Amino acid sequence: MRQLEQELTSLRHDVIDMWKLVISQVSNSGEAILSFDKELAQKVSMRERKVDAYELKIDSECENIIALHQPVAIDLRFVLAVFKINSNLERIADFAYGISRMLIANPSVILDAELITNTNVRVMISEVNKMLTQGLDAFENEKSNFAAAIFSEDYQVDEINNNAARIVADYIQKNPDRAFECLQLIAAIRKLERIGDHCSNIAEEIFFYIDAKVLKHASKK
Amino acid sequence: MNTDPSILSIENLSIAYDKDKLAVKNVSATIKKNAITAIMGPSGCGKTTLLRAINRMHELYPNISTEGKIKLYDENIYDMSTIKLRRKVGMVFQRPNPFPTLSIYENVIAGYKLNGINLKRSERDEIVETSLKNVALWEEVKNSLHKKGNFLSGGQQQRLCIARTLAFKPDVILLDEPTSALDPIATAKIEDLLVDLKQNYTIVLVTHNMTQAARISDNSMYMYLGELIEYDETTQIFTNPKHTSTQNYITGRFG
Ligand SMILES: Nc1ncnc2c1ncn2[C@@H]1O[C@H](COP(=O)(O)OP(=O)(O)OP(=O)(O)O)[C@@H](O)[C@H]1O
Ligand SMILES: [Mg+2]
Repeated sequence: MRQLEQELTSLRHDVIDMWKLVISQVSNSGEAILSFDKELAQKVSMRERKVDAYELKIDSECENIIALHQPVAIDLRFVLAVFKINSNLERIADFAYGISRMLIANPSVILDAELITNTNVRVMISEVNKMLTQGLDAFENEKSNFAAAIFSEDYQVDEINNNAARIVADYIQKNPDRAFECLQLIAAIRKLERIGDHCSNIAEEIFFYIDAKVLKHASKK
Repeated sequence: MNTDPSILSIENLSIAYDKDKLAVKNVSATIKKNAITAIMGPSGCGKTTLLRAINRMHELYPNISTEGKIKLYDENIYDMSTIKLRRKVGMVFQRPNPFPTLSIYENVIAGYKLNGINLKRSERDEIVETSLKNVALWEEVKNSLHKKGNFLSGGQQQRLCIARTLAFKPDVILLDEPTSALDPIATAKIEDLLVDLKQNYTIVLVTHNMTQAARISDNSMYMYLGELIEYDETTQIFTNPKHTSTQNYITGRFG
């Protein structure tokens, strides 16, 4: 096999491994919110460093490939897309870590089931998990259409985020003694919303890589 | 492709060295004025044959047959005298080939001598100086104009050959792998020179060096087995070629 092809294959493996790790970070932190599982949060927190290590490794692989092999056409688009997907994955993992730190720092906070139902946070968590998995599927199979749904899912995640403030404010009025945990929940929802945005960025990169289409800043809805 | 004025128009050109085997197959393309057009493709795909057809150098082979047209502006080059054509369309070869027995000065104006064109001394001086200045060789050789060119480095010799072509004040310069015998520094100088020259000339360049095509050309052709597979702006060819065969070639997955 040609040298460049070997390098591209190993870059592909690394980013896929990182992606799987980030998927488990997000799903564990989501699970930890819903089940108040501090141990799970601890696990997420401990694995954050591993994500950072992947980010550095992938960055330097991209840099070396560009410097040493001057990739063109689909190879160039692949490396550029991976370079950006890498930093989006790292940001996503940061938010998962942020959620886990919040849970660890406030071990006595327990969310009311009614609040969880009303804010739709459960849906939000399952949507971002789905978006991440669809992105990985599209990337692994080189099928951009697998990533097409991500844009509308992001829209749904944004909607849940937009409605959350009103719902939580109403809840606080009725249960003023629970304001603190409500603020925690709002902070977590904001992070999930940001995760959705980064998934949407990743989907754009997938379209760029596979179809050479630039969707950035274009209207997709 | 953009709509800048074109200077050459190749129309359904086919060329065969032997009756049954086409080296160039029905190629049509227009070449933009004041631009660098690169011709790429695997060995034997017909690049040199196509390039030479543009100033009818390919006719030097006795059994060759040519169909189709090439127009320079609106004139079919096959209706022109080759002397007139070659004054307008100059050629630079792969290996620097200054005439070894001639001085640097004589090398630059060799084209006039060979074609029996007499110039006044002052005209000759002027042509030699501007041509050497155009290839950024003047400062290096102005005190040794009447020495033979063999003390020059490969890169300087190639610039001398380009000066010889420029001396005829052509419209188009054809170059067949002009840097393949040069080191990276000499190559970079020739590349810079070509980019400067396109202000006043139209350049068609055959190259095996894809990064060279990417660096300096405006438009690129990809040929395969005598056919012109893809012809587009160079940025398009190197970021998102339309044909799988082009992509395989430029990404090195060929064969
Ligand atoms: N003088 C000749 N007589 C017969 N066939 C020839 C002659 N010159 C070239 N050919 C054939 O014509 C085809 C095109 O050759 P050409 O030299 O144009 O290719 P090229 O793309 O310039 O290759 P390279 O990259 O190796 O210089 C080839 O199949 C070659 O074998
Ligand atoms: Mg050739």
